[in-house]
Amino acid sequence: MNSLVIRNGHLIDPAAGVEADKDILLKDGRVAEIAAPGKLKPANGAEILDAKGLTIAPGLIDIHVHLREPGQAYKETIATGTAAAAAGGFTAVAAMPNTIPVNDSPEVTRWMQAPERGASIRVYPIGAATRGSKGEALNDFAALKSAGAVAVTDDGHPILKDGIMRETLAAAARVGLSVIQHAEDTRMTQGASMNAGPTAFKLGLRGMPTEAESSLVERDIRLVTELRDARVHLHVAHTSTAAAVAAVRQARRNGLRVTCEVAPHHFLLTEEHIGQYNTNFKMNPPLRSAADRDAMIEGILDGVVDAIATDHAPHATHEKEVEFELAPNGITGLETALGLCLRWLHKEWKLPLGRVLSLMSAQPAALLGLKGRGTLTVGSFADVVVFDPKAEWIYHAKETRSKAHNTPFDGWTMQGKVRWTISEGRVAYTGD
Amino acid sequence: MTATATPVRRPLHPPPVAASPFPYNPGSLLSVDDLDIKAVSTLLARATVLENLDPLVRDRILLKRRVALLFYESSTRTRTSFELAAKSLGADTTLVSNLSSSIEKGETLKDTGLTLRALGAEAIILRHNSSGAPWLLEQETRLPVLNAGDGMHEHPTQALLDLRTILAHLRPGVETVDAKTLTGVTVTIVGDILHSRVARSNMFLLPRLSAHVILCGPKELLPDSAANAGPGISVERNFETALRQSQVVMMLRIQAERLAGMQLDLAQYKDAYQLTGQRLATQAPEAVVMHPGPIIRGLELTAGVADGAQSAILEQVRHGVAIRMAVVERALTANGGRA
Repeated sequence: MNSLVIRNGHLIDPAAGVEADKDILLKDGRVAEIAAPGKLKPANGAEILDAKGLTIAPGLIDIHVHLREPGQAYKETIATGTAAAAAGGFTAVAAMPNTIPVNDSPEVTRWMQAPERGASIRVYPIGAATRGSKGEALNDFAALKSAGAVAVTDDGHPILKDGIMRETLAAAARVGLSVIQHAEDTRMTQGASMNAGPTAFKLGLRGMPTEAESSLVERDIRLVTELRDARVHLHVAHTSTAAAVAAVRQARRNGLRVTCEVAPHHFLLTEEHIGQYNTNFKMNPPLRSAADRDAMIEGILDGVVDAIATDHAPHATHEKEVEFELAPNGITGLETALGLCLRWLHKEWKLPLGRVLSLMSAQPAALLGLKGRGTLTVGSFADVVVFDPKAEWIYHAKETRSKAHNTPFDGWTMQGKVRWTISEGRVAYTGD
Repeated sequence: MTATATPVRRPLHPPPVAASPFPYNPGSLLSVDDLDIKAVSTLLARATVLENLDPLVRDRILLKRRVALLFYESSTRTRTSFELAAKSLGADTTLVSNLSSSIEKGETLKDTGLTLRALGAEAIILRHNSSGAPWLLEQETRLPVLNAGDGMHEHPTQALLDLRTILAHLRPGVETVDAKTLTGVTVTIVGDILHSRVARSNMFLLPRLSAHVILCGPKELLPDSAANAGPGISVERNFETALRQSQVVMMLRIQAERLAGMQLDLAQYKDAYQLTGQRLATQAPEAVVMHPGPIIRGLELTAGVADGAQSAILEQVRHGVAIRMAVVERALTANGGRA
């Protein structure tokens, strides 16, 4: 079996509390040994990667991506989406179930993980909470879990009915799955294509009020409270409003298992960045006010935010080259997440490198219970990212490995350049 | 903005907003923001010159130039006015409407625009039901695009013709405008502000000449956030209070086609916001009454007011042809008519 040695690098493994120069031996897809520099005795024939001046960290984990397969391979495939993920330093992604057909069955869940899909890295399917994500009848969570699903959600079709959401939380808890909610009371967002407020008024666009998000988060937290079951885990997807973060913060103080993620665009951009109807700045939840954006940064810095997740949502070019109101929601994010997090969270806002990496690996792994991932202790999966934390570079959308180019970050300066992404011991990406 | 926002620990210096690349074509008029006051002044002066020119001289100016009118919504005034304006300058015009064209077959705005360009159109006048559509069309075709009304957003030539109407009444003889021209003038815009592109173009343009714009209407049709849309704008819910301060009152139609399920009590609306002869006589006996049309007699204003001595509604229509001649000329002249 193959073995790989990474030498002369600086290992940062937040989950293990390690920040030191280490050499690391990967063997048979696992971490075999970690030793002081020069102390490893690899077997003959081991491939050697020289990581001098580079940081070695657990491979990044994105718990919110749309890989578009099955059903919409013209937007993205599991192969192209995971290639983009590997280029971004990711070694595992959790794929949302809004595929065609909806991933509400063990068959689709298994199909997504089949070797024929050509994934560069590990794909964890997330199952639909209800049949066809219609919010009516619960799926068989035990069957989804045994097929490999790591959580359930109806994502873009949030569960509005209290009874169904309560049942979903309870049933998922019984089989040890997390429930992810895209918090949007869609009764308040009909026909809306951006955040409600003065900017929407100015642009003549219908707006989504922040209450559409926060009221559903508050409703879900109330349901978790009422269930009085420590196994219940509610995870709030792509939090975008100050009120929602405040609700999560309060729930945690009350001892509830409620977590949340924030996407890079929500801690970097505001509704002002839409400019003149640029559809690459249209996503759901929408870009919010500066006060909400600042609250996302604060939530990350003060620790209430548990994970950075990209909500990678590829679309074909022609789908975005239309009137703003007609354009589909979503932007790509896998190749820009690390570069933006290091450039802004770390360099600009002084979040320690270990904390940034934890938000992108150890914490998301813990959140979804991905065993053996998000850390580089002996025996864990050989999922590694090796990068130059100081290197600055410009992101060009046209060079993407994704099928899609719908990013608001084209031409932006990134910090931190991935040299190698290693997925279960295999080099999945080599940068320059 | 949001009450629950936690205080920020330190200045954050987040990424700045990139400068707008629009308009790509100097002849375009997408928004009133595309025009500085000097450009507004030039257009107003040019409208007067063109209006007074001998028609047989005037039609040499854009002789045989090709102008396409691309209309995704029905229109009487704007379409006819643009068409007459372009024809008065000698241009050939062609009308493409969403009905009876390939738009019905699913052709996108981008493709329709590229097709018109390939057919030789040198400028496109666009009326569209979606806010922002002119920006997309301009970006894809790089032709001069004239916004003849986009969704709930803007209708810049309407604001220019409204300005010309206001000047004719309140500043007779004034040929050029500057940042002080409308000092002391209050313009109240009444009714369905939320869905009105006319309201937006006027509220963004008139304060730049020092007019005070009061927006007046019920909450459903006028969100509080409108007051923050720009400088010189305030919101007043009481019609009488607004009227008393106004030299100009612009009435708007309730846009039933854009209400999107909103339920409105029309009897209550008329009680509070209909411009009646009585209201006008007691609160604003000198004010100029304007309306971009189409008017719905007996709803936002009474027939007596529409036909009354204070009404400038048909004058607005006349000013529209002059303004649009100047705007079409600007679109097709090499430097876009800019100084």
